[in-house]
Amino acid sequence: MSNTEIKEAPYKPTSPNSKLDFESVWEYAPAPESSDFVEVKDQYDLFIGGKFVKPSKGRYFKSTNPATEEVITEFAEATQKDIDSAVKAARKAFEGEWSQISAKERGKYIYRIARMIQERAREFSILESMDGGKPIRESRDVDIPLVAAYFFYYAGWADKLDYAFPGRKPKPLGVCGQIIPWNFPLLMLAWKIAPALACGNTVVLKPAETTSLTALKFAELVKDAGLPDGVINIVTGAGQTGAEIVNHKDVDKIAFTGSTNVGKIIQKSLAGTDKKYTLELGGKGALVVFEDAPIDQAVEGIINAIYFNQGHVCCAGSRLLVQEGVADKVINKLKDRLETLIVGDPLDKNTDIGAINSKEQFETVNKYLELGVEEGADIYQCKCDIPENGYFIRPTLFTNVSQSNRVVQEEIFGPVLTVQTFRTADEGIEKANNTPYGLANGVWTDKGSKIFKMSSKMRSGVIWANTYNKFDPTSPFGGYKESGVGREGGMHGLAAYLKI
Amino acid sequence: MKYPDFNQTIPIDHVGVEERVSRLNKRSIKKESKIQALKLALSMIDHTTLEGSDSPGKVIQLCKKAKQPYPAIPDLPTVAAVCVYPRMVRIAKKELKGSKVRVASVATAFPSGQAPLAMRLEETKFAVSEGADEIDMVISRGAFLNGEYKLVFDEIAAVKEACGEAHLKVILETGELHTYENVRKASDIAMHAGADFIKTSTGKVSPAATQPVTLVMLEAIRDFYYETDKMIGMKPAGGIRTAKQAIQYLVIVKETLGSAWLNNDYFRFGASSLTNDILMQIVKQQTGHYQSLDYFSND
Repeated sequence: MSNTEIKEAPYKPTSPNSKLDFESVWEYAPAPESSDFVEVKDQYDLFIGGKFVKPSKGRYFKSTNPATEEVITEFAEATQKDIDSAVKAARKAFEGEWSQISAKERGKYIYRIARMIQERAREFSILESMDGGKPIRESRDVDIPLVAAYFFYYAGWADKLDYAFPGRKPKPLGVCGQIIPWNFPLLMLAWKIAPALACGNTVVLKPAETTSLTALKFAELVKDAGLPDGVINIVTGAGQTGAEIVNHKDVDKIAFTGSTNVGKIIQKSLAGTDKKYTLELGGKGALVVFEDAPIDQAVEGIINAIYFNQGHVCCAGSRLLVQEGVADKVINKLKDRLETLIVGDPLDKNTDIGAINSKEQFETVNKYLELGVEEGADIYQCKCDIPENGYFIRPTLFTNVSQSNRVVQEEIFGPVLTVQTFRTADEGIEKANNTPYGLANGVWTDKGSKIFKMSSKMRSGVIWANTYNKFDPTSPFGGYKESGVGREGGMHGLAAYLKI
Repeated sequence: MKYPDFNQTIPIDHVGVEERVSRLNKRSIKKESKIQALKLALSMIDHTTLEGSDSPGKVIQLCKKAKQPYPAIPDLPTVAAVCVYPRMVRIAKKELKGSKVRVASVATAFPSGQAPLAMRLEETKFAVSEGADEIDMVISRGAFLNGEYKLVFDEIAAVKEACGEAHLKVILETGELHTYENVRKASDIAMHAGADFIKTSTGKVSPAATQPVTLVMLEAIRDFYYETDKMIGMKPAGGIRTAKQAIQYLVIVKETLGSAWLNNDYFRFGASSLTNDILMQIVKQQTGHYQSLDYFSND
């Protein structure tokens, strides 16, 4: 429709009765976030002992923007020697300056980091979307504000640890090796670094190889904040670099967030050592929707549970369990809702679903799409346009699946939801729990008592009621079963970084 | 048609509704799509005057503005309708003859609705006989809150009959219904009783239209459409003063009901000061500068 013509006659949907027509008479024009002011260097070195240093073997690897497949920058590959010098720097800081200053001063450094994150929030949001593919709406409204919130929250604990554990004399652990994933790069960094520093530890952190940019920008911020050298060390690299950290003799604690497979390898290599560890691993969350639920809001909850961050969320609600009486209604509404999701340029302020994080993950998700179809599931994808270049996948529903399908059992880590039905609350609980994972589940019902029943019977670390994917620094987070060991966040998160 | 049991309540989660609205408000509407939205919103306005002091002179001025909102820009649409009290319908009808602008009239003892049904029906018939194309009725909120859903339903059905050919907009006065569940229930009663449009407010009670209430009503319209294949229109009224708000409403309609509702047969704004703010924004988009309010007529 041209800009002057106003449709006079009713615009009749093409297939009335079952579907609404979102073919647009009014399209949103592109609304890109301007990124001109953001500086990205051609190459980033390792951040060790308060300085940027070249990797000992001189190797660098490329990092691409998953929305355009263009190379953004290069990161240094840290090898054994580099990890050793990072751990030494952290040890020196731990035994030196960092343990000399008072807890109150330590808190002040963390508050300063939090404020500087807020000041540079726009820059960090843009970089997070460029490097990782997540929509700017999420990095701007969720990731970066939460990063600041976690630093603020743990800054407050720094001089109050005695009150968190009354009657004990909590002491820091020492040097913490931290390995974080690519789905929430800076947020996972905050989850790891904020409590570690508040408790008086020093850290060697390795960001994921596809999303190291914001961690290195954070290293620049740490320098600007004037933190003593060696308190925070950032080393980049892939799995081998991570293994060097895990296996380093002088590391006191390992904190890892990532896949269950890697988590198992780490657990094996830590067996027999006295290193403490927390592991935050995979998930296959169930969304249990009862027939007495507020249906339209439940549909929004489902959308937020699975399509948030392209489904790259360890606690994503990827299995919908809907009570039989409302199954058709919910599925039809979901299908209509999928049509209004905007998939595309992560830097466009209207984008709901950005790019899949990497080529590798793009191939994994596509493999699961094929697998679902091969196993006999019905696939439904929105009709939306997706860009020609870059790693994009349309939001997907699999119906006509059962508990035995691999798309129901395995973590896909993409925008893919499976839909099953149940008849009674007990059946819902049984299906929700029938998985090796236990990170998060959701329940939708208008009845409070049912929420309590479900949350006491469903075996997962987090249960959201009538909402999903809500995070807060005061709340502990972690999994049952193969979803992990230990808790992060809240007061519980302090215990993981202290000798109590 | 099968009528639902209005004693059953459809649950609405108010946190979820408000979250959805705030997410929709984050849509960024720029450039071409903004100009298009402004023109669309202008074409959806029920340009309204509902004061005790309304006079023929005031109504005639209002009608002239409705036909030609801003003659300096030639290709602007007219507003959808003027909305007046029944005694002013004849004057408005005459003034608007030959234009596409429709005449809407409030009736049924607007705004309270506290008159015997016979008189309310009489008033409706009077407004229609004077030439009203559309009737904006109020429901009996007292009866609704008292649980007399059948009475509310029957009254709406009776007014619908009295309307004859005229379109019926049913004002729920959501500010007096207090909960989203009540808004949903009143919407369902009105649609099943024959409303062509459901409308939030009279503009005489605060709060008037809000975006969350509008979303709840649009979702009621959507469910009614899924069930019956009938498209019902929506009119938020009162409290919508800025072009920015109007665009936010359009986003809510677009992403809840889709393209079929994005025209003035199915969506209206009941407003008086909105017109000038939209005009100001349109001029800004064309010239790059904001004009003083003195450049826009206060009709």
